[in-house]
Amino acid sequence: MITLIRIELFKIFSKWRTYIGFMVIAVIVPVINLAMLAEGERSLDFMTRNLQQSFVFVGNLLNGYLVSYFILTSLAVHIPFLIALVAGDLLAGEATAGTYRLLITRPVSRMKLVASKFIAGLIYSNLLVLWLAIISLGIGIVFFGVGELIVIKSSGIIIFARGDVLWRFIIAYGFAGLSMTVVTAIAFLFSALVENAIGPIISTMAIIIVFIILSAIQIDFFRNIEPYLFTTYMSSWRMLFDDPINYAEFLKSVLILSGHIVVLFGVTAFLFNRKDILT
Amino acid sequence: MSEEKIIEVKNLSKEFKELKAVNSLNLNVFKGDVFGFLGPNGAGKSTTIRMLLSLISPSEGEIKIFGKLLKNERIAILKRIGAIVEKPDFYGYLSAYKNLEILGKISGIDVTNKKIMEILDLVGLEKRFKSKVKTFSHGMKQRLGLAQALLHDPDLIILDEPTTGLDPQGMKEIRELILHLSRDKQKTLFLSSHILYEVELVANRMIIINKGKTMVEGAVNDLLNMNKMKVTFEVNDSEKVTQLLSATAYINDLESVANNTMIFSMSSEKIAPLNKYLVENKIDVSAVIPTRSLEEYFLNITDKDA
Repeated sequence: MITLIRIELFKIFSKWRTYIGFMVIAVIVPVINLAMLAEGERSLDFMTRNLQQSFVFVGNLLNGYLVSYFILTSLAVHIPFLIALVAGDLLAGEATAGTYRLLITRPVSRMKLVASKFIAGLIYSNLLVLWLAIISLGIGIVFFGVGELIVIKSSGIIIFARGDVLWRFIIAYGFAGLSMTVVTAIAFLFSALVENAIGPIISTMAIIIVFIILSAIQIDFFRNIEPYLFTTYMSSWRMLFDDPINYAEFLKSVLILSGHIVVLFGVTAFLFNRKDILT
Repeated sequence: MSEEKIIEVKNLSKEFKELKAVNSLNLNVFKGDVFGFLGPNGAGKSTTIRMLLSLISPSEGEIKIFGKLLKNERIAILKRIGAIVEKPDFYGYLSAYKNLEILGKISGIDVTNKKIMEILDLVGLEKRFKSKVKTFSHGMKQRLGLAQALLHDPDLIILDEPTTGLDPQGMKEIRELILHLSRDKQKTLFLSSHILYEVELVANRMIIINKGKTMVEGAVNDLLNMNKMKVTFEVNDSEKVTQLLSATAYINDLESVANNTMIFSMSSEKIAPLNKYLVENKIDVSAVIPTRSLEEYFLNITDKDA
């Protein structure tokens, strides 16, 4: 099984499309940092204007943590596209290239093949999130240093001491990895259904965008279906920047997303095992 | 050839919605056979091969390979099979060497550098081992297809249209390789083709299928002898020959006359006596052209069903 996963990773990292995600992050994060360097103070001043009438802000509030928090918030919709680009190709790419025939006539079970591909996709997704974490925290800290993290929410403003931030980021990025694994699982399922990678990429993005829009519409009907949309739970990393943290709700999100992964992979494996290879 | 059955197919059928691609097919391939699997395009050959390799599941019927049920012992069976299914597709972004290395590892075999280079040498690709497969011609991919099929030294080799897209020299080399694998390595080969001449040259047994059904199965020589040959006689005076033959039984074999070309349908034993009879009766015979090939047989059979 480990050999199969290594082979799948080798195949993934032999394709140039795999590096698009890493390159995009390597370009966009420094650009955001440069923009924050130019405009960050003014934006922070604008965000805290009302509070400045009652409080005096001291210390380095525009710091690497704040920039990383901002990046994590803004890129939530975009990273899934980069994930789908690779995960949607995992099975459909074999169909397009006609290499299913080579793979499935080998003396190895279809279950092992599909599992090794999924695990390789999962590793890719989490490496991309890890790359985002390293780049955004690393460049943010190099540009702005560390300091207290100010988080502005509709319910109020929270300021975390500088020593109380990094662990929250580590868990938040871990949770982002879990969320992106759900995206991987969706793209992987679509990838098993079709014979061209474009379909899974577009379908995955369409689902995520539609679900995010449905979650954003403030009408009772949509609020009622919100608990059934996995995208609702993908933003639960924000709970880590609450004080106190609602661990029960956070754990619930972890379990729901994990359940999605198990069910989506189970359906994919079931379909792949029964699939007639006609390409 | 041995009586040990390597492939045993019973009442095999495959339906795709409205289409019955394979219809109650039965066939037996024995150890050491070069088994020709013939049929026109769309006859169900590739569908059958895909079922033999578990790429698709049968709607009905049973497949036994090496005496084991495919549905129960797929992995053990596939360990002993090498195959090319339709056109040879590979990971184009990887080299020929890397493709073979990966496929060997997936098969769970010890793929040494020496082994890979030996196989590439056998198919004439040793000098291009570093080249990415996307730069290969169809013929080179076909050779690489053979290389991957032989990589794990299988007992049964299934080749689906292995000479498609090859030039005459390439086709000849593949034929020689098939005969080498059969005679020198004692492999069993299952060879699908619609190029009947290819099968006639290498196969000892064959089946012809059409519209998913078995038309005929047996030894190639026996099947050939079942049919009369078409024999063309070029003579100097066809009217005189017709008159001469009207008094003999040969007239029953005469099919057509055009100018001085006369076509007979007869068994091979009758050719020499007829020629002798004509010469003795002062007829100049400038050519005797017998046509007996599997192709004619194949066309007869498939035409009958059409």
